Formats: sequence, structure tokens, C-alpha cells
Amino acid sequence: MSVELRGITKQVAGVTHIKPVSMVLEPGHFNVLLGQTGAGKTSLIKLMAGLDKIADGQILMDGQDVTKLSTQKRNISLVHQFFVNYPHMNVFENIASPLRVAGMAKSEIEGRVQEAADILQLGPMLKRRPHELSGGQQQRTALARAIAKESRAVFLDEPLANLDFKLREELREQLPELFAGRGAVVVYATSEPEEALLLGGKTALMNDGRVTQFGSTADIYRNPQDLTSAQVFSDPPINVAEVTKQGTTARLGTGVQWVLAGDAAGLADGNYTVAIRPNHVSPVKHDDRAVPVKGTVQITELSGSESSAHFTFGDDSWVSLAPGVHPYEIGQDHQFFMDPSKCYFFAPDGKLVA
Amino acid sequence: MKVVNNRAWLFVLPVVILVAFNALIPMMTVVNYSVQETFGNNVFFWQGLDWFIQLMRSERFHAALGRQFMFTGLILLIEVPLGVIIALSMPRKGFWVPVCLVTMALPMLIPWNVVGAMWNIFTLPDIGLLGYFLNHTLGIDYDMTQDPFAAWVTIITMDVWHWTSLVVLLSYAGLVSIPDAYYQAAKIDGASNWSVFRYIQLPKMKRVLTIAVLLRFMDSFNIYTEPFVLTGGGPGNSTTLLSIDLVKIALGQFDLGPAAAMSLIYFAITLLVSWLFYTLMTKDDAK
Repeated sequence: MSVELRGITKQVAGVTHIKPVSMVLEPGHFNVLLGQTGAGKTSLIKLMAGLDKIADGQILMDGQDVTKLSTQKRNISLVHQFFVNYPHMNVFENIASPLRVAGMAKSEIEGRVQEAADILQLGPMLKRRPHELSGGQQQRTALARAIAKESRAVFLDEPLANLDFKLREELREQLPELFAGRGAVVVYATSEPEEALLLGGKTALMNDGRVTQFGSTADIYRNPQDLTSAQVFSDPPINVAEVTKQGTTARLGTGVQWVLAGDAAGLADGNYTVAIRPNHVSPVKHDDRAVPVKGTVQITELSGSESSAHFTFGDDSWVSLAPGVHPYEIGQDHQFFMDPSKCYFFAPDGKLVA
Repeated sequence: MKVVNNRAWLFVLPVVILVAFNALIPMMTVVNYSVQETFGNNVFFWQGLDWFIQLMRSERFHAALGRQFMFTGLILLIEVPLGVIIALSMPRKGFWVPVCLVTMALPMLIPWNVVGAMWNIFTLPDIGLLGYFLNHTLGIDYDMTQDPFAAWVTIITMDVWHWTSLVVLLSYAGLVSIPDAYYQAAKIDGASNWSVFRYIQLPKMKRVLTIAVLLRFMDSFNIYTEPFVLTGGGPGNSTTLLSIDLVKIALGQFDLGPAAAMSLIYFAITLLVSWLFYTLMTKDDAK
């Protein structure tokens, strides 16, 4: 089983909402769609599910062209961000609904529902109606429906976004197991870079209706192919600044400068954009090559074991994220140190060059 | 220690007065009439339950009650399914939504006696648009002033024309409150149009349909103006519904006692059937 997209696009009233997307989604791992709200994740899922018409291109499932096939016949499952269960049916009937529609034998339906309910710990709740369930139980019911159906492709559209923190972590851990070995293509949309990293597999980065990069999650995190991809796959946002390269020296507008090594040293002289992840900008000097950056602290956040500081220097606003508690004072100048070996250099057209 | 403050009575007084004048006093006046006989001059004679017993044995009352149930039953059987079908086929978004809604609401804005008069003229065989067309163009023998069957067809059609919109608007309100996600979920489950109607739309419309059926029952069971203006209860007594008969007894024959007894029974039946409808239709919700 595989889902292949060949240049699919979506238009609404003449405006292109999804620019040509081509990729092959495979089973055995999660395929994460990562992007901010409005990036087109849900639109793309709707196109794959057949809920919206594609303007151009082809969708293939298992090599078979399903572009013109109705949603009803595509044999897919979809779990929404908000909990969609039929309100007048109990949990058992909800999980069984796609099987009943398919005209499956009663005994087999019972077996499948029981299995799915056991996996998602819904056993004691089979007789309850959705409004008698907590949010987590409702979403587990929706997931059980997707599992019991044993469809070819499962689309999970930010399924954990409306759950509280604890439940989200718990379900996120279970999710990869739930779908492991079922042979279905699993597509998981999220707006949180951290979630993509935790789920692993492959990730497609989306921005403004376009897939900017698609590949193994760890790989594209380490090697963003352009500035947009780097920005999409970073939380807190990646630090960006204009840099001038001359000889082996890189210089920011504010006078911060350092000596280049590795690939960056071989670039032609000129202007580039440099980007560095917040966790490589630290208030502590770790080694002698670290480049000092002096900035005015604007906002600080302490999240348990990590502290972050938003600081400005010149026209640029950067974030530092470091383990431990650091005594920042808002409005005061602090010395930060960036690791020059972790810098990405992008050409003016946004392509990664070093 | 509890302080007794009688001023509290002052606060409930407006409601007490309102309910008294609005419901209790008129109602008790009718009860008062229903157990007495009067010939005017404010002289009353005690009758006990005589009027009630007489009425329960009266063939005239049975016939009127039978016609009333037939009328209400027929219009419910036509208006409710028809209203749901129209609501289902109306657009949910776009330019045509307000057009459809306003068109639907129009018949309900017309005063009742105007509706009766309109349909009367419309169906007259010699000058009415419909009446003339049926008789002279299609050659169908149609005269609602002569033929009881034609009279029935006309009052039913008139009521359907006038009030189906109510069912449409209520059902439509129920339909548009269904989030898109349910339709999508049903599509993904592979559900047919019929399953979507049976398992998503109908359950969602159930509450508003309960209201629609109740309102249409009460309104049609108490209907007076439109059939009175259209047929006046005729030809003969063929379209004399309960309310028309009641007015005949009370104001035509000035039999205030029997009319009062009939009003009370009429009221009791309306109340009982409404309660039955409501209980049956909300039975599932209680669970």
C-alpha cells in the first residue's frame, strides 16, 4: 500500500490554495505534515481523502488512480482535531458504523470492534454515548473507528490538539504502536515541530500551500534545504540575520563577526542569510570558538529545566534556549554565545548553501 | 429566627394578575357556563354534567371531531414529509439561501382570512384562475362549493400551501446546525445518501421536528379562519371542523352551555394529544 501524489493542486475561485504537491507516502512509519495553521495541511488531507476536488494532478493508491474515485470508495479513515462521533450512537455503534455500512457479518464486526476497543482501552465504555465521555475518550473512540475499519490510508488531522497536556503525551506515545504492522499509510498533520520529531518517520514541511521539503524527519531537521523549511521546522523560531561574507570572515550588520570554517568558508563573497537554532545560542560560553553576541533581553520564559530569552541586537531579534535557570533581567544587556559550526547559510533566493 | 416578610407577595402579584386575566378567569367563566343553562338576562339554571353527557352522545359532535382528526391527520402526513424534503433540497450556502428563505416565509406572512379569501377566488369554477383552468381547459369537474371531495382537496391544499413553510424553516434550521465534519465522517465511512439522512440528518432534526409537529398539530386542530372563509363549513356540513361547529353553537344558536362544555372537551383533547406527541417524540432523549 502506498499513496502517491502527482502534482496535485487545489483552487478556490481561481486562487491556488495548494501549489503542486508530489510525494510518495508509504506505510510502516508516520508521514507527518508539519506547518503552521493555514499552511494547507488540512486542505491537503481533504484532497487525499477526496473531500475536496483537486484542480490538477493525480492521486494513486497502490498504483491505482483514485483521482476520480469518491470518498466513499477510497477506503480511508480520517480523525479530526475536534472529536467527531455520531452523537446518537453509543461507542460500540460508532466504532462499528463503517463496518456496518460495508455490510460486514455481525460476528466479524463484534470481533473487530472489541479488538479496537481493547487496544484503546474503551472496553468498559462501549455502551455509552459520546456526550457521556471525556474528550480523551471521545478521541479514542474516533481512533478506534479508524483502526477497526482497517482502511488503506489513515489521515490524522491534528488529532491531539484539543486534548489536555497529559492525555496528549499519553496518546502520542501510543499512536505509533496502534498503527504499527497494519499496513496502512498513516498521515499525521501537526503544527508542532516537537511532535514531528517525537513521531519520527518522514515529515513533509508545509508553508503557504506548498510542500517545501519532504524526507526522513531527523534528516530534514538537520539539513533544511531552504530558509522556509528551516523556519517551519523550528520551535522556538529559528534565529535569522543578514550576514556579509568576505574572505573567511562573516559579519553581521551589528558588527558581530567570526571566522568561517568548513563549507561556509568556501562560499563566494557576498550577502547571505544566516540561521541558527535557539538551542545553539547560549548565555554560557562552552568553547573558545563561540561567538559573543551582546543583546538586550526583552522577554524571558522558564519552562522547568530550560530557560529562553528573547533579545534584540541591532535590528535583529533572536531567541536563546539553554538548559538550566539563568538570571536574566529584562531591559538589560546580556552576553550570549552562538556556536558558529551550527550556522546555516542561505543564498538570497532562500536555498541552503552551507 | 426566620423573619416573615409579606412584601414578597407584592413581587409575585403582577404575574398572578397576568395569569389570572389571561388564563384562569376566562377558563373558569367557560367552566361556569358549561354547567348551567341561561336564556339571557343574567339568569342561570344549574345543569350539572348534562351538557357534557349530551355532547358525548351527540352524533353531530362525533362527526365534527372525526372531520377534525381527518383534517389534522392529512395535513400532518403531507406537510411534515414534504417540509423535510424541501428543506433537504434547499442550498446550505450562497446567493440562493436568502432567496429560498424569503420565498418560503411569504405564505406565512399573509393574514389568515386573506389566505381563505385568496383560495376561494382562486378556485371558483367560473372566474378563479385554478377553477377555470381545471374545468374549462383540463375538463375536470371541479367545484368546491358543490362537491365535498373538491372542498376537502381545496382546504387541504390551502393549508399545505400556507403552513408547509413552517416545517421547512424549522427543519432547515436543524439541518444547517449540522457541522460539515459529520458529513465528511459519513462519507469516509462510506455511507450512502439514505444512511446520511437516517443516521445524521434525521437525528439532528428530531428536536425541531418535534416542535414542528406540535405546532402544526395545535394550529391545525384549532383552525378556524381559513376554512370558514373558504368554504364556510360546506357544502352541507362536509368541511365543518370543530371550531366552525363550536362557533355555530355558541353564536349561531346562542347555546352557551353546550358550547362551553364543547370548548372544554375540545381543549382537553388538544392538550391530551399534544402531550402524547411530545412524550412519544422525546422518549429517547430521557434515556
